[in-house]
Amino acid sequence: MRVMGSETEYGIHAPSAPGANATMMSARIIQAYATVTRQRAAGGAETRWDYTDEEPLHDARGWTVDRAAADPSQLTDQPPVLDAEAVALAYGRQELELDGADESGSLLMNMVLGNGARLYVDHAHPEYSSPEVTNPRDAVAWDAAGDLVALATVRKVAADTSLPPINLYKNNTDNKSVSYGSHENYLMPRSVPFGDIIRGLTPFFVTRQVMCGAGRVGLGQDSSTPGYQISQRADFFEAEVGLETTIRRPIINTRDEPHATADKYRRLHVIIGDANLSQASNFLKFGTTAMVLSLIEAGQAPKIEVHEPVQALQSVSHDTTLTTTIRLLDGRRVTALDLQWMYFEAAAKLAQETGVADSVTGDGHTHQVLASWESTLSTLGADPDAAASSVEWVAKKSLLEGYRHRDGLAWDDARLGLVDLQWSDIRPEKGLYYRLLSRDRMMRIVDDADITRAVTEPPSDTRAYFRGRCVSRFGRDVVGASWDSVIFDVPGLGKLQRVPTREPLRGTRALTGALFDRHTDAASFLAELLGQKPPPARS
Amino acid sequence: MAAQEQQQPQSRETETEVDVPEAPPAAPEAQASDATQGVDDLLDEIDGVLESNAEEFVRAFVQKGGQ
Repeated sequence: MRVMGSETEYGIHAPSAPGANATMMSARIIQAYATVTRQRAAGGAETRWDYTDEEPLHDARGWTVDRAAADPSQLTDQPPVLDAEAVALAYGRQELELDGADESGSLLMNMVLGNGARLYVDHAHPEYSSPEVTNPRDAVAWDAAGDLVALATVRKVAADTSLPPINLYKNNTDNKSVSYGSHENYLMPRSVPFGDIIRGLTPFFVTRQVMCGAGRVGLGQDSSTPGYQISQRADFFEAEVGLETTIRRPIINTRDEPHATADKYRRLHVIIGDANLSQASNFLKFGTTAMVLSLIEAGQAPKIEVHEPVQALQSVSHDTTLTTTIRLLDGRRVTALDLQWMYFEAAAKLAQETGVADSVTGDGHTHQVLASWESTLSTLGADPDAAASSVEWVAKKSLLEGYRHRDGLAWDDARLGLVDLQWSDIRPEKGLYYRLLSRDRMMRIVDDADITRAVTEPPSDTRAYFRGRCVSRFGRDVVGASWDSVIFDVPGLGKLQRVPTREPLRGTRALTGALFDRHTDAASFLAELLGQKPPPARS
Repeated sequence: MAAQEQQQPQSRETETEVDVPEAPPAAPEAQASDATQGVDDLLDEIDGVLESNAEEFVRAFVQKGGQ
């Protein structure tokens, strides 16, 4: 359908060491995975991040923010640095020497994984950025694979009894006025005017939460008003359009960092979504957004504008009956579901015209997105509670209502806050989402086996295939990688070889699978790839 | 393997021949109490999984800002 990917910042907490430094704990998580993958792949499935093409201060509206004027948290193009003192505090000097530190003594904060993903410390959270995929089903699979990666790190850390165990939560707020993101990325042609994207997406983003909100106990950034709302993130948005992601969060983010051929593509960076455990909600999040982008590209997005979108976003989130109306600039008042139906009708019409939704000759995904979109809106319109097996905020609400009913709890009871938090614990024995999943109370879009495979295998149909295979096959000789490069240091070559991967749909299995099959060593692999003679064999 | 394949159609025929009486529709009260029972079981299970001392656990979950 379209190249897309997800980013998840996990909430991180050590219950037995509540004051522990979050950045240090996050580094321990990355470290733990480096240890796990070293056990899995003899070649070493860990590779450093290449920061060369990071451009966090480029604005899609056509300018670049001065570094000095930017908030420090926006400077994501520099590797985070932990000084030796902090490292020693968290690890002990002996362990540091044994494991994980490079020659310069700095700690591994950033990895490229064999499945093509990136795992790293982002501010004070561990973050998994999925590999590029081409459809919402794969987006769900490789996003859920990140939760298994996170689980593997938590297990590894727990096995070390000399340090406090760490919990990871796939949520977006601590309910004490702090939020952390889960982002989506979509590849678009550069030729689409950014103004069209803003106009076409804003009403959709204000309302898509009714299908893909993860639910939250408490209203307001600090949860000071008791209650339940649809979205984890809505109360943390303060602007309509902007470059920031950590302060004054905007509904439409303008970071223009394509990680691809810049005059051909833009990477739309979406920061407004909730982290989803529900596969059905996650599928709808990626699938419907991708279809709305197609509407915008075709000039067929509904011509509607929401009055005061930030306020509308929050009023939609605060109404679990789905009856609140929001005002459009043309004077109409509509519900969130009304707005979603407008987008659905337009998307269904365009898909009909282009043929992508045909069950035989279509793209194999659009028909499923449309069917799921339509049935979810219908269910939510008839009886929201009936969507408890698919829509995440409804599923969570149903569990919370069970407690309220049985034990007579008010919304500000700490136990409901705990249910909300523990919903997102990524351990299947503790995470309440996973307890519901094991009872088949939550719908599955992807088989467990496919998710497990996605932990180690890259998607076959994007450049992530090339990246992932390079890392798992030639990890020993790969010294760095990023979304648009893989850097080799091959013995005997004498210099680093940077292979650019600026076309997201190249480097696929179809294009490079045979090349990987033909070569067992990086030198001859690179030589054929670059059309050069292999270096002389070492004696 | 071959023997199994041969047996399959037979057992299917057998199944279709058996006259399974339709279960009488459950009374609304019975349905409701089944649903309640399911929720009660679920809540019982989750009671055993929830961290102890909810108030302290929730209070201690403090995050630094992110994106």
